[in-house]
Amino acid sequence: MSMAWSTMLLKMGEGMLHTCAIFALTVLFSLPLGIIVMLLRRSRFKPVQWITKIYIAIMRGTPLMLQLLAWYFGPYYLFGWSIRGYRFTAIIIGFTMNYAAYFAEIYRGGIEAIPNGQYEAAHVLGYSKVQTFFKIILPQLVKTILPSVTNEVITLVKDTSLAFALAYNEMFAIAKQIAAKETSFLPFVVAAVFYFIANYVVAFVMERIEKKFDYYK
Amino acid sequence: MILQMKDIQKSFVHKVRGDLHVLKGISLEVDSGEVVSIIGPSGSGKSTLLRCATFLETIDSGEICYKDEAAVTTNAQGKAEYVKPAQLRRFKQNFGLVFQQFNLFPHYSVLRNIMDAPIHVQKRPKEEVHEEAMELLRKMDLEKRADAYPCQLSGGQQQRVAIARALAMNPDILFFDEPTSALDPELTGEVLKVIRKLAEEKMTMVVVTHEMPFARAVSNRVIFMDGGVIVEQGDPELVFGAPQQERTKQFLRNYQQ
Repeated sequence: MSMAWSTMLLKMGEGMLHTCAIFALTVLFSLPLGIIVMLLRRSRFKPVQWITKIYIAIMRGTPLMLQLLAWYFGPYYLFGWSIRGYRFTAIIIGFTMNYAAYFAEIYRGGIEAIPNGQYEAAHVLGYSKVQTFFKIILPQLVKTILPSVTNEVITLVKDTSLAFALAYNEMFAIAKQIAAKETSFLPFVVAAVFYFIANYVVAFVMERIEKKFDYYK
Repeated sequence: MILQMKDIQKSFVHKVRGDLHVLKGISLEVDSGEVVSIIGPSGSGKSTLLRCATFLETIDSGEICYKDEAAVTTNAQGKAEYVKPAQLRRFKQNFGLVFQQFNLFPHYSVLRNIMDAPIHVQKRPKEEVHEEAMELLRKMDLEKRADAYPCQLSGGQQQRVAIARALAMNPDILFFDEPTSALDPELTGEVLKVIRKLAEEKMTMVVVTHEMPFARAVSNRVIFMDGGVIVEQGDPELVFGAPQQERTKQFLRNYQQ
């Protein structure tokens, strides 16, 4: 192998930063956006419910890679807008919109699993709607959805590699470039180790959070 | 008069099975210090009546007053009109409700279950509420379980915490919706004992129950409901000992078997 270890790791390290950026921003935006989508999905106003359902169906029913391409090239093909410098934004929008749909459905499942009696008890005790949601429902919701959220977050770590479809220099794209140029499998091994460690950290952190909610059943 | 319900009509709309007329013009008045038991077969509307009184269900028409102040009235078109939500919240300060399934908040400790609403809804000082909560727990014989979580308690203990939680709001009237129906016979006694003690202290209560001996011994008045109407009501000795209506006799006979 002609490329030195250090050069390779340095190049891939830069990619890892990009990968981490996609991951962190997606988590940051999609977790709260999921709440909004869930609320719209549960709206009593039927048209809002339908539109949200269609949105979720599209997000879940088409490949994320295709969605990324649509978010990136869509503005150009649809409106003829320049997409220069828009690449990273398109990636974040694509990931966020996709993951928010999944999170919304996880939240919805969690909300529907909370017994009606909890709302009724809060209602009779005079809690306002906002108080009921934040004091009574949300803490119980977080507990029930944590395992499913962990699953999604771990999937997201691996999904970041899809950003290569927009020729973005995240870690896996760089690994492929190096592997092709140097005819070496080594970059892929490094990539595998990176994803594995990253997900190990995610699982570890989520387990700690789950433990925090262990004090009741 | 603490509670006054007049001519309450309530139907549940059901697309497939058709509308279900659950309350057919029921009137109920409860005086201060009174203990009223409501008995009757399943589906007779007794629980719905409590749920209407506590605003968990909205009535179709009729009138609901607490302490001579109207929370619900009926307009000229014959439709029930509720006061504004903010005012309705104020009306909720008048009553407490104890559920069949306890409905304690699982993520709160026993003490927090009792203290949270007085502090965050009634905005009362924490120290005062804490003192009162501990007093209530002593009364429920649960002062040692203040820091436990509901899942660590037996059903009977949970129900006593639920009673304490309702009492912590200092209600004028306490409703019980089949408070022992989810409990083993063994645990039923400890909950009934607490309610009995409250009756002795002249707490105003309306209890929907299937515990006939309890209803007979503790209440000042027994109401027998069937098919969405009050069939018979009066002194427990009369209703249980010498029922006038055929339907009441039949119901009580079935119970004795």
